[in-house]
Amino acid sequence: MDIKRKEIFPGVWLSCLQTDKFKSDCLSLSLLTQLERETVALNALVPRVLSRGTAFHPDMDSISAACDELYGARILPVVRKKGEVLALGFYAGFIADRYTPNGEKLLESVARLLGEMLVSPATRGGLLMKAYVESEKEKLIDDIRARINDKRSYAAHRLIEQMCAYEDYGCDDMGDEANAASINYIDLTKHYRSLLQECPIEIFYCGNSGFRRVESALKDALMALPRGDINYEIGTDIRMNAVSAQPRYFEEELDVTQGKLELGFRLGEIMDDPDFAAIRVFNALYGGTATSRLFLNVREKLSLCYYADSFCDRLKGIMLVSSGIEFDKFDETKSEILAQLDEIRNGLFSDEELEFARKAVCSQLVSLTDSPGALEDFYLTQTLTGLDCSPEEYAALCDMVSREDVISVAKSIELDSVYFLKAGEVWDEDEEEEDD
Amino acid sequence: MTKFEYPQVGEVIYRDTLPNGLRLSVMTKPGYSRCHAYFATNYGGADRRFRLGGKFIDTPAGVAHFLEHKMFDMPDGNNALSELAANGAEPNAYTAANITAYYFDCTNSFYENLECLLRFVSTPYFTEESVSKEQGIIAQEIRMYEDEPGSVVFNSLMQCLYEHHPIRDDVAGTVESISKISAQTLYNCHKVFYAPCNMSLCVVGDVDPEKVRATALRLLPTALGEAPVKDYGEEEGLLPFRPRFYRAMEVSAPQFMLGCKIRPESHGALSLRQKLLAGAALSYLYSRSSPFYTRLYGEGIINTDFYIELYHAADTATILAGGESRDSERVLAEMLAEAQKAAEKGLDKALWSRIKKSAYGARVRALSSFGGLCAAMADADFAGYNCLDSFSVMDSITAEEVQAFIKENLRPERFAMSVITPTAKEI
Repeated sequence: MDIKRKEIFPGVWLSCLQTDKFKSDCLSLSLLTQLERETVALNALVPRVLSRGTAFHPDMDSISAACDELYGARILPVVRKKGEVLALGFYAGFIADRYTPNGEKLLESVARLLGEMLVSPATRGGLLMKAYVESEKEKLIDDIRARINDKRSYAAHRLIEQMCAYEDYGCDDMGDEANAASINYIDLTKHYRSLLQECPIEIFYCGNSGFRRVESALKDALMALPRGDINYEIGTDIRMNAVSAQPRYFEEELDVTQGKLELGFRLGEIMDDPDFAAIRVFNALYGGTATSRLFLNVREKLSLCYYADSFCDRLKGIMLVSSGIEFDKFDETKSEILAQLDEIRNGLFSDEELEFARKAVCSQLVSLTDSPGALEDFYLTQTLTGLDCSPEEYAALCDMVSREDVISVAKSIELDSVYFLKAGEVWDEDEEEEDD
Repeated sequence: MTKFEYPQVGEVIYRDTLPNGLRLSVMTKPGYSRCHAYFATNYGGADRRFRLGGKFIDTPAGVAHFLEHKMFDMPDGNNALSELAANGAEPNAYTAANITAYYFDCTNSFYENLECLLRFVSTPYFTEESVSKEQGIIAQEIRMYEDEPGSVVFNSLMQCLYEHHPIRDDVAGTVESISKISAQTLYNCHKVFYAPCNMSLCVVGDVDPEKVRATALRLLPTALGEAPVKDYGEEEGLLPFRPRFYRAMEVSAPQFMLGCKIRPESHGALSLRQKLLAGAALSYLYSRSSPFYTRLYGEGIINTDFYIELYHAADTATILAGGESRDSERVLAEMLAEAQKAAEKGLDKALWSRIKKSAYGARVRALSSFGGLCAAMADADFAGYNCLDSFSVMDSITAEEVQAFIKENLRPERFAMSVITPTAKEI
C-alpha cells in the first residue's frame, strides 16, 4: 500500500491510499485549527450543524434518503483533539464499487454530498439556519453534561482539566457549557466562513479508486471552496515538567459505588526530541497491555481493581494512568502504580517482558493496515507530528527499541497530578430506589 | 470441510463438525495481515440450571463469567494471556447471557497461537487460592457496572420484562453470589459446558482451513461428550412482568431503555429469518432515515445516542430501544404510533426500497469486522444456519412480511420501560 499525497487547492492536501483489500472505502476531510478554550465549542458545533442540511438536501430526511440510495453510505461529523490541534470535519464510509449490486459508482456522489455539507450548507439570507444551530447547540450542551455518565472517562477528563488548567490542552473536543450556551447563529456563520478561508485541510481516501479519479471527484466537489491566507501557525505547546514540585491532588465526590483513581504525568525532557517508538514500547510494558506491569501487579497480583492501564499522548507529552478501586485502597493502589514505574526506571524488568511489549506494539501497528478507519487516524496523526512513515515502517522502528531506550523514557517521566473520584454523602437506599 | 461460496460479496466460508461434536467455521481473507480466532462455548450467564445424566443441577449467578476469568491460568503456573502476548497476539474474552468466548488477534505465528487458545480453554486448572483472589477482581468489575447507567438501565429493563427467566440477572452475578463459587463449582461447570460438542471454533483471516481443522483435531478431546440440557424454568408469556422501573443515579439527563418480548425462533433457517425480519421492521420504523427519527431528533426528544436492536439469547428474543431523552414516554408513544400506522396501512414503498439498499450496504461493511464475523458465525453454528445466507434471505423478505411482523409483535401492552433519572441535588 503506497500513499500518494498532493496539494489539490491552496492548503488542501489529498492523501490517497489505493488498495483493493477492503470491501468499503473511506473518505475523510478535516479542517485543522488551534484548540483554544474560547473557540472549541464553536468549532465543535460547525460539523454538527453542517451535516443537518445543505443547499440541495435541505434537511435530515433528504440527506438520509440520499445516503440510503448510496447503499447506506454514512457521512458523520467528526471532531478530534490531536494534542492542541483540533481536527474537525467529516468521515464518510461507503461500500466499494465492485460490491454494488448494479455496478453503481459511489465515490463521486459521496464526495459531492460531503462537499455540499462543507461548502454549501443550508442557509437563509446567507446565514446558517437558526433552527439547526439552536437544535445542535442544545445537543452539544447535553453531550457536555453527559460526560458525567461514564465515570471512567469522566475521571480522566477531570484530571486533564485540572492538571492542564493553564494550558489549552485542559479543554476537550466539546468545550464548556457556558461557552456553548453563548453561541448564536450569526457568530457561528462568521466563524464557519473564517474556518473555510484559513484552515489547512487534510483529505484522506482509502479504497479501490486510483489517485486521478479521487482527485477529480474532490476537485469537482470542492470547486466552490473559498480560500484566503492559510494559517499554518498551529501546533501543540509541550510543557516538559510538572507544574509544582510536589504532585497536586484533586478530589471530587459523587454518588458512586467505586472510586476512580487517575494519575497524570508529564513525559519530561525526552519531549525535547521525542522518540515516539520508545514511548510506545515503554507504555506497552508499563500499562498498555494485558501483560503489562500495571495489569499483572495492580490487578492480577494484588487484586486491587478490574482495570489499571496507562495511556500516552505523544503529541502533548502526557501520560495518564487509570484505575477503578474500593475507596479505601487509594494509598495502596497509588503506591503500587508508582512502584512499578520505579522498577522500570531502575531497569528491573526482564528481556522477555521487553520482547512482549515490542511484539504487542508491532502487532497493533501492523493490524492498522487492515482497517480503513484506523489507517485514516494514523495518517492524520502522522501529518501532525511531521513523521513520514507507514505503520509497517513504524513497527520496524518499535522492534529496535532497546532496554536503555525504555529506561530513559521512564526516567524522564514526572508525576504532575493525582485525581480521586469518591462517594459523597451516604444516600438512603429507600429514597434512591423509588420502585424496588 | 464443506465450502460455501458467496460470489456476490466475494466471500468463502468452510464449515465442518468434527467427530467430537465441535463445530468449525473458517472464513478466508486473502491479503490480510491480521487473523482472528474465536473459541466459544454455548454457555453464558443465563445458563444456571441444567440437567445432566438425568439430574438437575443449580449453580450460583456469575459462574460462566467467573470461569472466563480463571480459564487463563495453566497447570504449569503460566498464564495463557502472557503466552499469547509473548507471541505478539492480542487475546481477550467475554461472557454474555448465552455465550462465553475466548479470542485473539495476531499478525504472526497464527497456528502456534491457535494451539495455545485451544489448549488453555480445554484445560481447567483452579485452586481455592486463585478463586478467592479472583473474587476481589470481579467484585471491582461488578462495582464498576453498578455505576454505569447503561448497564443498570439494561438490567432493570430485563427485570421488568421477565419474571423469573435467568436473563433477568447480571451476567457477572453479584458480590454475594460469586462468594459462593468454589474451585469445584468451576471444575463441574467446565466439564459440562466446555465439552467440544457444546462449542464452536471460528477463524477469519488469511489461513488454511484444513490446517485449522487438523489443529483442532489434534488438540481437543476426541470423545463426543453429553450435551447438557439447559433449564430456564417455565416459559413466560409475552406481557411484561411489570411495565416501568425508575431509579435515580448520578447522570446528566434521563437515560431510558424500552422493549418487548417476542416469541423466539431458536433453530436453523427460521431463526435467521426472524432476526432479519425484526431488523428490517425496526430499521423501517425507527432507523436514522425514518420519519420517526428525523422528527424526534429535530424536536430534541432523541439524539444520536438512540439505538434499536433485537436481542436474541438463551431462548428469549427481545426488542430493545434506548438512549437519552427528557420525555421517554413520548418516545414510546411515537414508536407505537409508527408501528400502528405500518400495521394498518402497510409499508411506504419508497422508504422500504431505500431501507433494503441501506441494509445491504451495512451488511457488506460488516464483512470487514473480523471479531463481528466470528461472533456471527458462532451464533450461526449454535443455531444451525449459515451466517452469510443473510444476503439471500434478506432479498426474499417482502414488505407484507414486515407488516405482519409489526402487527403481531409491536403492540402497546407488550412494552416495558426503565428510566434512570438524574439524582436530585440539594440547593
